[in-house]
Amino acid sequence: MFRFSKTILVFALFSASTAAFAFDKYQGVGRPATPAEVKAWDIDVRPDFKGLPKGSGSVERGNEVFEEKCASCHGSFGESNEVFTPLAGGTTKDDIKTGNVKGLSSGELPQRTTFTKVATISTVFDYIQRAMPWTAPKSLKADEVYAILAYLLNLQEIVPADFTLSDKNIADVQKLLPNRNGMTTDHGMWPGAPAKKGGIGNGGKPDTANKVCMKNCKPEVQIGSTLPDYARTAHGELRDQNRSFGPVRGTQTLGPEAAKKAADAGTLDLATKSGCMACHGMKSKIVGPGYSEVVARYKDQTDAESRLIAKVKAGGQGVWGSIPMPPNGHLKDEDITTLVKWILSGSK
Amino acid sequence: MGDIVKQPGRLRPAPENFLSEEQVKAVGSGRRDFLRKSFLVAGAALAAPKLVRAAEGDPNILENPAWTTSLGLPVATNPYGMPSKFESQLLRRESPGLARVGGASVSFAPLQGLFGIITPSGLHFERHHQGWHDIDPSKHRLMVNGSDDSLLKKAKVYTLDELMRLPSVSRIHFIECGANTGLEWGNVAVPTVQYTHGMLSCSEFTGVPLKVLLEDCGVDYKKARYVLAEGADGSSMTRTIPMEMVESGEVFVAYGQNGEMLRPENGYPLRLVVPGVQGVSWVKWLRRIEVGDKPYATKDEAVHYIDLLPSGQHRQYSSIQEAKSVITTPSGGQTLLDKGFFNVSGLAWSGRGRIKQVDVSFDGGINWKTARIEGPVQNKALTRFNVDWVWDGSPAILQSRAMDETGFVQPTYGQLRKVRGTKSIYHNNAIQSWKVIESGEVSNVQVL
Ligand code: HEC
Ligand code: HEC
Repeated sequence: MFRFSKTILVFALFSASTAAFAFDKYQGVGRPATPAEVKAWDIDVRPDFKGLPKGSGSVERGNEVFEEKCASCHGSFGESNEVFTPLAGGTTKDDIKTGNVKGLSSGELPQRTTFTKVATISTVFDYIQRAMPWTAPKSLKADEVYAILAYLLNLQEIVPADFTLSDKNIADVQKLLPNRNGMTTDHGMWPGAPAKKGGIGNGGKPDTANKVCMKNCKPEVQIGSTLPDYARTAHGELRDQNRSFGPVRGTQTLGPEAAKKAADAGTLDLATKSGCMACHGMKSKIVGPGYSEVVARYKDQTDAESRLIAKVKAGGQGVWGSIPMPPNGHLKDEDITTLVKWILSGSK
Repeated sequence: MGDIVKQPGRLRPAPENFLSEEQVKAVGSGRRDFLRKSFLVAGAALAAPKLVRAAEGDPNILENPAWTTSLGLPVATNPYGMPSKFESQLLRRESPGLARVGGASVSFAPLQGLFGIITPSGLHFERHHQGWHDIDPSKHRLMVNGSDDSLLKKAKVYTLDELMRLPSVSRIHFIECGANTGLEWGNVAVPTVQYTHGMLSCSEFTGVPLKVLLEDCGVDYKKARYVLAEGADGSSMTRTIPMEMVESGEVFVAYGQNGEMLRPENGYPLRLVVPGVQGVSWVKWLRRIEVGDKPYATKDEAVHYIDLLPSGQHRQYSSIQEAKSVITTPSGGQTLLDKGFFNVSGLAWSGRGRIKQVDVSFDGGINWKTARIEGPVQNKALTRFNVDWVWDGSPAILQSRAMDETGFVQPTYGQLRKVRGTKSIYHNNAIQSWKVIESGEVSNVQVL
């Protein structure tokens, strides 16, 4: 086994690598990270708040930042289901008392929001700091993260409207999370040491115990569920998702014409009905750019779709010239999404 | 004879790609007239011209096609080779309505048409949380540090140049998203194996055991019992991995996939390989490894990738993908061409080791037959099984049931739901059933 203190000693004396196991064994490979480098990348925050940056932010400030940087996707109250499942809602005062969200077991929750699940506030801090806003991750200052989190906690009625969240009181807030007692690690699916040896879980004991039986294993076959009709066609023409030779064929679910019509004409119809074709040509500019010009401009931009959806919805000017596109807020969001996807895929 | 009349080609018309009666007629009236006539003379005994044409044989044989009678294309016409133009159907696809934005979504691998155990890199399933990037390898760095200084003697930075100098391993492993088959917990929801099981792929990965790097940094295994892996993309995906797995040498930092570098969608230029564990832990675009003394409860282990039980509790840190299997041919959304012989084929895998046995049932699980396993069977890798079947044209329900080397047997839907309910989303490894009806159409059903 590796002896830590001894190796350090040798290392200090000769300032060269020793081979207690393989420390610094590979000459010319790797170099020490500088403190500034570690600081730049080591941003994780653990449930014991190790890694938490100092700072604070009020509910009020959080409301402003959220409205400016988050609401377009998550809704002003974290309620939106448009881009992702809702962040807020679904918990009660009673849940805050018990630390178990009752809706999870009663089946009353229509949808699990972030706060119906999360048991550790560090998780939300860490995630917003590292990954949000989605299109500009790591752009928030620590105080902004505190403020946004304070606002979300207030929406959840965990803290009052005049609350200021900080590195000093975040551990107290942790004790109020509505689902703080909602996690169990009593299962066999952790691949490391079990709880009784300081790890997690029951040491790999499975929770089902099927047996290998070969003959007359049951009296009858009980069908629990079959494919609903809508699901048979919801994934497009299955015939075209299989080889056209071999022992089987893809089942024809739509028929070639129906499939093409459904996809193409449907969207062109929608574009015409939605008024887009008044200002946009397939290829060339009318008032706004031609669709193929749009495709060319955003060709390699992976986030183009979400940005253009937002743009079409809100309208705007300045990308193609000074003539503005009017907002299209009257259209259904899913229609705008369909239209933008269709435009970006070549309007075919 | 009657059979032959109906069946040019294999000598039988199939729905597509075989010549129809009309097409055969057209061929017959063309250049082959000469042949046919001479045949007619020779075989004057044959009555109708239709029969004569059929009796001559398959025009694909009798008529040399263009590729047999002309010069083909030169080498390096395609400097990076692509599949045949006739293979355009098997693509990775999204499941409509599953995700709202393409940057936080899934594309499924077309298992219904794949052979063996290796997933072609271009068809490997995708799961991104914040879109994907094609990262410049000369600018990519891997940092190894400790959650505090006492856990590691020296925090270090490695470049790709350096990582690729280190002793490497190449191993074949499956990767399965924890949410694979997640749409089907409550009831049948999607039509084909691509959408039921396609968050599954298997590649040969090449890279450096993580243990080599941690030891190079002077890790203190006594204190550091967890590893946090972090990605370089916008989401900077983070996941906790137990040090026991790292110490075993199993976990490695991979740059290679199926003989070439990783594909950008799969983490180019560096990803973690955590055999047997759900895909989310195989952090892509890996930029940092932190050793720590506690688990991290990151977003994707405290808000997602947690399994809801009927009690309202969520299982946290559920990571292993337990034994599972599925028949890929024939499977949902396909139609059998004909009665008669079929090679029924599928995949089995276990996050706990090697597959030991796969049994197949044709009657919904009343009677079972042991399938042939194509070896050598690899540890925590997809395993191909095959079994003979003669379809007599009557309804059937096909199932496969895997057993791994620990003796664990893949559960039925009834058994799984009894302990985990229907809202778990993750880790659905129930036995899959495909129903075959008289027309030959195969569809997705659940047998309890
Ligand atoms: C452009 C759209 C967009 C914007 C703007 C945005 N988000 Fe998000 N957010 C997303 C998407 C998409 C996800 C899901 C990511 C994934 O799948 O991992 C997400 C996930 C989250 C989650 C995790 C929720 C859960 O249950 O997993 C939180 C918390 C969050 N966002 C907070 C914020 C905050 C705070 C802001 C503003 C600073 C913000 N978001 C801005 C799109 C957005
Ligand atoms: C009254 C005219 C008008 C209508 C109606 C209109 N647009 Fe536009 N559109 C424009 C103009 C002008 C621009 C250029 C705006 C700019 O320069 O930012 C534009 C730009 C765009 C762009 C590119 C945006 C960018 O940032 O590059 C897309 C995509 C688009 N429109 C789609 C649509 C769709 C879809 C509809 C129908 C729902 C629609 N437009 C309706 C005038 C219009």
